[in-house]
Amino acid sequence: MEFGVVVFPGSNCDQDCFYVIKDVLKKPVRYIWHKDTDVDGLNCVILPGGFSYGDYLRTGAIARFSKVVESITNFARKGGTVIGICNGFQILLEAGLLPGVMLRNENLHFICRYVYIKTENNQTRFTKLYNAGQILKIPIAHNEGNYYIDAAGLKELRNNNQIIFRYCSARGEVSEQFNPNGALDNIAGIINKKGNVLGMMPHPERSSEEKLGSQDGYFIFESIINWLENRII
Amino acid sequence: MLRAEINITLKRTVSDPQGLTIKHALESLGYKDLADVRIGKLVIIKLNFKDKIRAEKEINEMCKKLLANPIIEDYHFKISEE
Repeated sequence: MEFGVVVFPGSNCDQDCFYVIKDVLKKPVRYIWHKDTDVDGLNCVILPGGFSYGDYLRTGAIARFSKVVESITNFARKGGTVIGICNGFQILLEAGLLPGVMLRNENLHFICRYVYIKTENNQTRFTKLYNAGQILKIPIAHNEGNYYIDAAGLKELRNNNQIIFRYCSARGEVSEQFNPNGALDNIAGIINKKGNVLGMMPHPERSSEEKLGSQDGYFIFESIINWLENRII
Repeated sequence: MLRAEINITLKRTVSDPQGLTIKHALESLGYKDLADVRIGKLVIIKLNFKDKIRAEKEINEMCKKLLANPIIEDYHFKISEE
């Protein structure tokens, strides 16, 4: 089993993701430079957070045309596991691997703090080790996390249980009051229809060890490993 | 040489928090008669050829592929001689 962490010019969470896979979860991992096309042998590709190409034009808009995203698109079409975190989520949206777009945060602030999110669907390869409705304490750090999709698109996400995480209170109450960025329906993370591509704004790689304040993000990676191992064996 | 000026704006149906904030700021400066403020982007592209029909076709493609996101943005452009 091997993980790949994509590195764009401007990625800045790549080393955190790499560290968590290698040193916390003790699994093989390699970097994939954005000009590379080789994703052979990988079981899971992580698109990390950051400011790829300086967020010029729109977040993720330029990264989406890099060589590596073409390879990742094929990888995802074949059922490969892909997780996009923060800027990685934005890139997945621009690439059309996930539906919808990101707008600027409603209050126009760059928001960097812990939030709570509710696990709305634990029947996925990314969330299988969480309980249904489990509340996670996990940090966000973004300027464009205001998720938007049209009414038909939102209906489809709901009907297919594609909404995986929603912003909530520490006790799990989902309401506008606990929505940090204006995201439609408090959406913090979604999955594609096939269930192999997850995008989320919060950072599980920054909440994978107790000493950093929360270990709630760890189980996303652990879920993926668990799913891959059971499938490989 | 041709010069294309491309204006990209958020669709009417999409909220524009930047525009709204600027509207509030202008109102606090005393400009009370503002119906709406919207923010957009201006992209200027200079082309190494003079064929306007080709220019229109290519600029349209550029907008659809990269410059605008059709889910949230509209674009329009004008092409002129430099």
